Amino acid sequence: MSIIIITTPLDDTLVCSLKAGQEVLLSGVIYTGRDAAHKRLCELLDKGEPLPLDLHGQVIYFVGPTPAKPGQVIGSAGPTTSYRMDAYSPRLIAEAGLKGMIGKGGRGQNVIEAMKKYKCVYFAATGGAAALIAKCITACEVVCYNDLGAEAIHRLEVKDLPLIVATDADGCDLYQR
Amino acid sequence: MKKIQYTGIVDAVAALCLKAAYDLPEDVLEVITDSLEKETSARGKSFIQQYIENAAIARRERMPICQDTGFAVYFVKLGEEVKIEGGSLNGAITEGTARGYREGYLRCSIVNDPLFKRKNTGDNTPPVIHIELVPGDKLLVTLAPKGGGSENMSALKMFAPSAGKNGVIDFVVNTVVNAGGNPCPPTVVGVGIGGTFEKVAYLAKKALLRKIGEHNADPEYAKLETEILEKINASGVGPQGLGGDITAFAVHVEYFPCHIASLPVAVNLNCHAARHAEFEM
Repeated sequence: MSIIIITTPLDDTLVCSLKAGQEVLLSGVIYTGRDAAHKRLCELLDKGEPLPLDLHGQVIYFVGPTPAKPGQVIGSAGPTTSYRMDAYSPRLIAEAGLKGMIGKGGRGQNVIEAMKKYKCVYFAATGGAAALIAKCITACEVVCYNDLGAEAIHRLEVKDLPLIVATDADGCDLYQR
Repeated sequence: MKKIQYTGIVDAVAALCLKAAYDLPEDVLEVITDSLEKETSARGKSFIQQYIENAAIARRERMPICQDTGFAVYFVKLGEEVKIEGGSLNGAITEGTARGYREGYLRCSIVNDPLFKRKNTGDNTPPVIHIELVPGDKLLVTLAPKGGGSENMSALKMFAPSAGKNGVIDFVVNTVVNAGGNPCPPTVVGVGIGGTFEKVAYLAKKALLRKIGEHNADPEYAKLETEILEKINASGVGPQGLGGDITAFAVHVEYFPCHIASLPVAVNLNCHAARHAEFEM
């Protein structure tokens, strides 16, 4: 199977062209976010307040990297388990325009329904290959929630990040095969 | 009495944190390398290839194998003839952990309060410390950093004895299969059987420290390990939960006598990066 080369941000046409099982090399800007950051974003949505970053067309990578050593862009940066974000992801997809997520492990039906309805794609990165993945990250800066440390939202620039389309916008899910 | 200095333990523990985070143990690397030939799915093979490459980068560049550098869980064997001078053993391990995680640029992943405040303690303390008093004048410290992804897939059930062998097998296999890709398979499956509620969880975790693939000394339990492993690997969950032959590298069972009314069973999973390191003084 040939490898698909894609660059962020993602639009509906690109999202809908991706099919579960395809191998992808992703480049461009992505944002990090884990449990604590997702909770804060959803609390802002609850209050009707603006988010600290524009997620339209964007991709969130579920990761809490290790601190960078002097001279490094970032420390080790593999995916964390995605189901913990299931309580929050549908809202970011429906209300904030999120188009892609990167993590590991299967997603709940609530997330898959939102992905189908609003066109969003879920990629699997290789869990436990954190030093290898760090090699694809060329820039890293904190966007917000610095008090959360590793859980802060970071803006990453990535080059040829190897991913697999785990769940596509038609709801086809590699984990359920 | 043999005297061991507090500061010596702090230094050794700090160094141990780095070693555990950067250097995948030889037995783990060996089983991963072997699995590359056994796995028939192309996608599964590709993941295993990435694990090997990742371990090499981590070792060479002194980087954590995984960004989740874990809860620092220590298993300590303390000789009854050892006297620690200058402070407590718990204090030394805690201070060594804080220093190791800071100096090694390891991720601090512990929050002070599980339910309400959830504020990061900032130095990955407190550690979890299991101390066993043993005859002799040695101090043996094993660190097994435990990531949240695999730890969250643990399970414990207090069966009635009538559940028997099949009840145990089904429970362990279902726990691993239902975990899917979450614990970063292929996993090492630690199983505790017997004892009490708290003892069985400890046994399951302790089982993970065994050299990978080494069987329980009791032939019946060794056979049980093989049987469970075959069933798990027949599931097709595979590396990363995305299909393949190798869902687990090994099943390690530890057992303990139990109450006439009970059959406790616990399952604790380790991801493919089954980190552990130890020192003796």
